[in-house]
Amino acid sequence: MKSTLQKFARPIIAIITIYLVLLLGPIAALDIPVIAASIAKNPSQLLQFLIIGLANGAIIAIIALGYTMVYGIIELINFAHGDVYMIGVFTALTTLSLTGTLKSQDPVRIGIGIVIALVVAVVVGATLNATIERLAYRPLRNAPRLAPLISAIGMSFIVENIGLIWAGQSWLVPSFGTTGGGAQKEFPDLLSRMFVNMNMNPDLLASSGLGLRFTIKDLLVIVLAGVLMIGLRQFVQHTKLGKAMRATAQNRDAAKMLGIDIDWVITATFLIGGGLAGAAGLMAGLYNNNAWWFMGFRAGLQSFTAAVLGGIGNITGAMLGGFLIGLLAAFSDGYLNARWTNAWVFATLVLILLFRPNGLLGEQTGQKA
Amino acid sequence: MNKRLFVLLSVLVIASMALAACAGGGGGGATLKIVSSLPMTGASLTQTQTIVNAMQLRVEQAGGKACGGKYTLTYEPWDDASAALGKWDPAVETENANKAAADKSIVAYLGTFNSGAAKLSIPILNQSGPLVMISPANTAPGLTHAAAGLTDPDEPTKYYPSGVRNYARVAATDDFQGPVAVNLMVALGVKTLYILDDQEVYGKGVADSVNQSAVKAGITVIAQEGFDPKAADYKALMTKISTSNDGGVPDAIFLGAIVDNNAAQILKDKVAILGDNEKVKFVGPDGIYTAALIEGAGADVAEGVFATTPGLAFKDIGEAGKKFYADYAAKFGETKEPYAIMGYDSMGAALKAIEDVCAAGGDPTDRAAVNKAVFAIKDFEGALGTWSFDENGDITLPYFLVGQIKGGSYADYGTFTP
Repeated sequence: MKSTLQKFARPIIAIITIYLVLLLGPIAALDIPVIAASIAKNPSQLLQFLIIGLANGAIIAIIALGYTMVYGIIELINFAHGDVYMIGVFTALTTLSLTGTLKSQDPVRIGIGIVIALVVAVVVGATLNATIERLAYRPLRNAPRLAPLISAIGMSFIVENIGLIWAGQSWLVPSFGTTGGGAQKEFPDLLSRMFVNMNMNPDLLASSGLGLRFTIKDLLVIVLAGVLMIGLRQFVQHTKLGKAMRATAQNRDAAKMLGIDIDWVITATFLIGGGLAGAAGLMAGLYNNNAWWFMGFRAGLQSFTAAVLGGIGNITGAMLGGFLIGLLAAFSDGYLNARWTNAWVFATLVLILLFRPNGLLGEQTGQKA
Repeated sequence: MNKRLFVLLSVLVIASMALAACAGGGGGGATLKIVSSLPMTGASLTQTQTIVNAMQLRVEQAGGKACGGKYTLTYEPWDDASAALGKWDPAVETENANKAAADKSIVAYLGTFNSGAAKLSIPILNQSGPLVMISPANTAPGLTHAAAGLTDPDEPTKYYPSGVRNYARVAATDDFQGPVAVNLMVALGVKTLYILDDQEVYGKGVADSVNQSAVKAGITVIAQEGFDPKAADYKALMTKISTSNDGGVPDAIFLGAIVDNNAAQILKDKVAILGDNEKVKFVGPDGIYTAALIEGAGADVAEGVFATTPGLAFKDIGEAGKKFYADYAAKFGETKEPYAIMGYDSMGAALKAIEDVCAAGGDPTDRAAVNKAVFAIKDFEGALGTWSFDENGDITLPYFLVGQIKGGSYADYGTFTP
């Protein structure tokens, strides 16, 4: 009896789900005939949403890598990670401001400024993340699981407030000096300016006649994300430190017995994750042209979701999850009603987890005795 | 728990309660406390700081005394926002209201800034005295009166469980702000309109009001859509809007939102995808009438944005208003935030009510008496002009200021009426 039930459980859930989608979908704007009509009317827009979704997904994916690496190795949800990303945005903005890049019209100078900002954002992100680990997680490493979780939430608030104070310093963040730290700050559109000053159109497909916008910003974000992700994968698979990380993730005690310096491996994981968050900060700043002390919260939530969706601890899975969330959000904004975007993104997540509880590509964390 | 530890803790708790009670009672009956509850963590601080400054200025002008020196006036600005939300927080606003209800020396509660927050605190304060609330900024109509199609059927009675009204405001409401925005758009030659809202009481309310009056004025409303106020960007949404008007762009976008709800990002993506604010007009309510929007979007992107706000264009302000701006500038530096003057008149109304109670031989520590006196305010000579509160607690001035962003700040476009 029980086995029959189990055998049919998934098909039944699937049928109920499809029924509910068809029945309740139109209430939440999922009206399939209307959507089909609007795709038929303007098919190139589908590609446009794909581009937007990929670019947004790329940023989410890079932040998700930090979540998934840390979870894989010490099974801690580093709530402060999204806020490290936010600090990355402000670090990049401040660096660009202090190097005079923000006001520059010279394309070479802008290019150099962006590279410097990338390096500084990566270094600051890495250092901050490792410092958080040293101060808030390491002393609690052998405490019950909930203790570091709470200290992670605490660190998240602390870093957010650092961002709030930072944003209010007009010598660090260019502003009119009237609105304080709470307001969103402009992150100038440097890439477009650089291209315009080189007499090139920042919209790479403008002359193609396809009616699509694919700007240098989209290209840079997607390419940079791809390079970082492939690099990280190769690093974890093929270097000595990468192998030590995988060993620590599988069984910390056994790794220790084999002479692996656990503390250093964990610190290195936080350094890499923080560095990636810093890089994502620069990319998001250049892509969305916005710096806001609060932006780490939502980015963190989405990235963590992406990590779970892909299978937590699984680097390829985190990338996949990030792109999936970016695409889902773009298509929902585009074809459904933006009011329901979050509902649809998370409903899809729930559905996927119902059928694949370990995420799309499966969890990769330590085996428990 | 260890028994001894328990005893120790109990003693500590009791001791601290006793201490708190002493501290509370130490002030004596000669102090009248006025508090404000406004969001002071987040982007709204740009607006709320000027309100608090103006309130402070008003108290100082009264010499910190009331009723010919019989009572000492103290003013405390409270924050109803939290760092966790980055804007007003329902939990903090409720806590503020409960705190005010419990502190008997408080005779007026000046707030809130956000209409959603007022919905929470009015019923609490209504049952504690009632303690009078005067809002410098709430514009959702349902808090004070019913408006067809914009308010719930049980509004506003559900906010006043004791049956007595205790909430007044110096800001004109969104059932007037909507028509004002539509009057502006008609003047600008807008024929097709796309409406976005941040899904909050205020943002959706003002957007609904614009929707309603736009239809009446013959403007085609393509759609009204809510957006996720914490999303990283709105490029997909704007791409959709770019072909929503029969394959083309609409004439205008109306954004019903406060600046904390990512208004700058919406504006940025709108300009990137739909074109500048000359080509596709961008109109918003008082929630985006602040320098914070320009700082977030950048002066170039924000150029040409229109916003409406309760109040008067600078050229239409009377002598008392001009004097206020001069006094403010002398103490805090110049401001162009339109809510400063509203804060000044909210405090002015509270002080007037206290003086009126004294003049009638009453006791200004009696909350019910102060509340009654607020509703009795007629032909008050405020910085906004000469105004009264009607029986609902609404101000009798129907004026709205329309501003347009030019060269990095809001410039007066004109005074509009509904």
